[in-house]
Amino acid sequence: MAINTDYVGRTFEPSAPYEVSRVKIAEFADAIGEPSALCRDRAAAQAAGYPDVIAPPTFAIVVTAANSARVTHDPALGVNYAMIVHGEQSFEHARPLHAGDVVVSQTTIESIRPVGTMTTLTTVTRIRTVDGEHVCTARSTLVERGA
Amino acid sequence: MVNGTSPSYDQTEPGTELPPRQYQVTRRDLVRYAGASGDFNVIHWNERVARSVGLPDVIAHGMLTMALAGRFLTEWAGDPGAITGYGVRFSAPVVVPDDGKGATVEVAGTVTERLDGNRVAIDVTAKTNGTKVLTRARAVVRLA
Repeated sequence: MAINTDYVGRTFEPSAPYEVSRVKIAEFADAIGEPSALCRDRAAAQAAGYPDVIAPPTFAIVVTAANSARVTHDPALGVNYAMIVHGEQSFEHARPLHAGDVVVSQTTIESIRPVGTMTTLTTVTRIRTVDGEHVCTARSTLVERGA
Repeated sequence: MVNGTSPSYDQTEPGTELPPRQYQVTRRDLVRYAGASGDFNVIHWNERVARSVGLPDVIAHGMLTMALAGRFLTEWAGDPGAITGYGVRFSAPVVVPDDGKGATVEVAGTVTERLDGNRVAIDVTAKTNGTKVLTRARAVVRLA
């Protein structure tokens, strides 16, 4: 079954608020081997001009993941999740996420394109604080392999 | 973060090469990344399922590979907050055998352009066993 191209341009409801915590940032930094004290030591982060410990650049995927799954698992969109691979990913950061941020993410389907026997699905997810400050734009391309 | 080894914008030019790095990825790292990221896709920890969908073995999360190449950038810049833009294409999977050694990801980068606001554009390469696992990997990094 092909992905439903009627979804191109559709913007989904914003996610529930996600609170960025020091513990989660440190856990993520440990998992990727990021050695920076700025991800673990509040005093070091503040000395560098940040309000609190900051997240590594790809931590934004943790924030967007739950919301992205809600979108790609929408039955009417018609994605065969077993056949999906991650094709491309990018992040544009207005500033780093930091501990204490409470953010919502909102996803728009930018394009759905057939490529041979495959279909690509590109989504743009914008992360903003609950006060409306834009923090990050994440663009993700999933590839559905042909059956 | 200010330290003695952080590169300065003034001394960074197109053609400047970042010191290449090698990162080892083991099954333990995949389990740890799954927990930290919340991505529990079975192909990243179950060999039986990975083979059943046509993969040679368990593969690393693409986002872990992207994060390792991101760490390469933040270690160079000295500040994880300095990476203002970062994008990749996942061109081949990083296969992680259960042999206690895992896979080696070799990361290198070259400055391609000086931008305004003390920022530079960098092209990144990441390879495993000579195969490019990331292509079109580009970052914008703000320097002191």
